[in-house]
Amino acid sequence: MPVAVIVFPGSNCDRDVAVALETATGRAPAMVWHQESALPACDLIVVPGGFSYGDYLRSGAMAAHSPIMRAVIERANTGTPVLGICNGFQILAEAGLLPGILMRNASLKFVCRDVDLRVERADTVFTGAYAQGEILRVPVAHHDGNYFADAETLQRLEDGGQVAFRYCDTGGNVTPEANPNGSINNIAGILNADGNVLGMMPHPERLADPLLGGIDGAPMFDALAEAIAA
Amino acid sequence: MKARIHITLKNGVLDPQGKAIQQALAGLAFDGVEDVRQGKFIEIELTESDADTARVQVSDMCEKLLANTVIENYDIEIVA
Repeated sequence: MPVAVIVFPGSNCDRDVAVALETATGRAPAMVWHQESALPACDLIVVPGGFSYGDYLRSGAMAAHSPIMRAVIERANTGTPVLGICNGFQILAEAGLLPGILMRNASLKFVCRDVDLRVERADTVFTGAYAQGEILRVPVAHHDGNYFADAETLQRLEDGGQVAFRYCDTGGNVTPEANPNGSINNIAGILNADGNVLGMMPHPERLADPLLGGIDGAPMFDALAEAIAA
Repeated sequence: MKARIHITLKNGVLDPQGKAIQQALAGLAFDGVEDVRQGKFIEIELTESDADTARVQVSDMCEKLLANTVIENYDIEIVA
């Protein structure tokens, strides 16, 4: 079943994620330029990482208003799974598909290293190949990954089980030391209320092949491949 | 007319850049700096000649793009 990867000026993880998707699904995804106004027939949309529009104004703010995003929002609202990674998460938040915002890292530093994540929800279309509470190691590479939401929104996210991943230590403990960017409640990834939109700062596509040094990211693409083939 | 827009972080939102500036100022021996908050300033030239209409237009711009109201406030000044 076809997958669409949205490409913005400044996207730089679009090809990495395309390789991961092709490996999992056996079929190259459609690469859709941001100025298109319509999506091809697809059962999964991926908004990749990068620095769309050079992070002008706010990370993801310009891309969120690209012509293609109107079509992405429409599909998301009718249940098509949408995965946003890194800049893709920032874009989905700015587009209003996910609550909250990704602010400048608390350290003010660009953070580029492997982090440990705890799977908080293993019952979604994205995470079904992981076990609840499983710890995976994938990289982060961002300057604006400090997730923030107001107290009321945060409560809603926590009560509704919308936190998909949290930064943790190697033993799975959610500690301030394990938090690379200052995100509130160590949040690394969140779902929308319907569970069909996932935004995450870490990059599963960057450790999805033994040649890259790790495969902890691969189960996400396997789970998606299985879900859209069903 | 011209619109001048100040975009600032809401109270209670941590501002690590403001904190870094505060520390740098202390390093330069500027004493008595109690707090620093960093924001944005945007100037827009408008064809609209009615100040009230211009303000409504610019508010809409702020809500839709210029500010993210999850963390930011905006203040609009319309000047002739």
